[in-house]
Amino acid sequence: MEILKARTSRVIITVLGKDQLGIIAWVSGRLAEQNVNILDISQTIVQEFFTMIMIVDLATSSLEVAELAAALSSEGRLRGLQVSVQHEDVFAYMHRI
Amino acid sequence: MTITFASEEIIQTIEMVKNENLDIRTITMGISLLDCSDDNLLKLEQKIYNKITRSAEHLVEVGEQLEKSFGIPIINKRVSVTPVALAAAHLDSEGMVRLAKVLDSAARSVGVNFIGGFSALVQKGFTKGDLALIEAIPQALAETDYVCSSVNIGSTKAGINMDAVLKMGEIILSCANLTAAKDGLAAAKLVVFCNAPEDNPFMAGAFHGPGEPECSLNVGVSGPGVVASVVRQNPGADFGELASLIKRTAFKITRMGELMGRTASAALNIPFGIVDLSLAPTPVVGDSVAEILEHMGLERCGTHGTTAALALLNDAVKKGGAMASSHVGGLSGAFIPVSEDAGMIRALEAGALTLDKLEAMTCVCSVGLDMIAIPGDVSAYTIAGIIADEAAIGMINKKTTAVRLIPAPGKKAGDRVEFGGLLGGAPVIGTNNFSSRAFVSRGGRIPAPITSLSN
Repeated sequence: MEILKARTSRVIITVLGKDQLGIIAWVSGRLAEQNVNILDISQTIVQEFFTMIMIVDLATSSLEVAELAAALSSEGRLRGLQVSVQHEDVFAYMHRI
Repeated sequence: MTITFASEEIIQTIEMVKNENLDIRTITMGISLLDCSDDNLLKLEQKIYNKITRSAEHLVEVGEQLEKSFGIPIINKRVSVTPVALAAAHLDSEGMVRLAKVLDSAARSVGVNFIGGFSALVQKGFTKGDLALIEAIPQALAETDYVCSSVNIGSTKAGINMDAVLKMGEIILSCANLTAAKDGLAAAKLVVFCNAPEDNPFMAGAFHGPGEPECSLNVGVSGPGVVASVVRQNPGADFGELASLIKRTAFKITRMGELMGRTASAALNIPFGIVDLSLAPTPVVGDSVAEILEHMGLERCGTHGTTAALALLNDAVKKGGAMASSHVGGLSGAFIPVSEDAGMIRALEAGALTLDKLEAMTCVCSVGLDMIAIPGDVSAYTIAGIIADEAAIGMINKKTTAVRLIPAPGKKAGDRVEFGGLLGGAPVIGTNNFSSRAFVSRGGRIPAPITSLSN
């Protein structure tokens, strides 16, 4: 899948769920272990509902988007969190002309 | 480095996928079989098998990789081929059945869930190959799992081949009877077209037309759930606003198709064909075209106003989608397959929706009378009459229309049939009890229509 690697390596991670201790610590810890650089992060809590959006760069990591998605979403599920990991192009195509 | 997307935009995308069933319905690889011809049947079979398995070797793998990277499901990976009646015009029916089995095993080998193109284009008349293929359809569909068949019996340029219409009435009936134990399943894999598109990625009508390149990748998008949710959230919008909301949503959905199609075709190193802008429902609740119409303010799909609502929906989807993709084609519009749409089934059971209303609805949307179960004791003449009506709508309105009826053996109006999976299940609808026999038996062609003086 060289074609996917050739595109930008930026990926958007979103975490949705009930607020709890250490969500950002968990995600950023996992990312650091895999040499994934965090470019930007935003977080809001609306009525105890936690929403975090993180833009990360996989260029320095050996991890593929699919692997990162699988790892974070299965660990997230155990914590009651819904984690999505999607290539930046999805948002660029959908929201920018 | 700044965040280039607003949080709302990102959340909206996530919502579409997680809660509103946004998906890419199919990526379909079209493969030409025109270079496979051979007088020796064994060699022909080998060439076709090899060409399909070689060309589509990585299709499923690439599709799965894309799903994971983009986080958007691709429900089906499929293959369409040159109409077999063209690629193997010299064969007899027995040979055609053998080729269907070759297509079936090639599909199984590459891991796709349907292969389309067991087809013939007979709008003007039959070749020997066309006749052999049509005769072979019932056995071919009954004895294979993945093969889909289509026959184009009319067009705006050629008129309607009424001999073919009557023939297809008989063929649909024998498809159903050969698979009586499965509620006539084989008939669910057969579509009769007027103005068939050559690049349609959706089954059962997909084939790789003679004007297509060696190989191409076509994408069918979906997303009735996403449109339904926008319509539901705006109960006070007037029609201008409503159309605009649907357009914007269709744009976003189609962009996903464009992204997936372009990336997949680059990965597979084959040209990108078209995005088919269709709202294709599934039996899942919330993924229904009928529900969109009901959110527009109709108590049940099928009541007065349904055709107008569908016309607005279909047009807005095309307007939004056309700007989102560089190449739009295929069937492009809202699908109304009855057994695959939970809202349609509910409307039928409530008595709000009838066969006649469905026919009216097909005047303003793609594609036609789709996935409708009718009583098993229906005559071939009645089926032919239904096909002729639908083809006339397509011919006069210069649009694609299609008929996919399933006469359910042993069942009568009000009984239920189950096909399972994406094909769903539905109540059987009664047909008109008066005969069409003398009309459809006249033979010959209905002449092509004049295209000016349009009223």
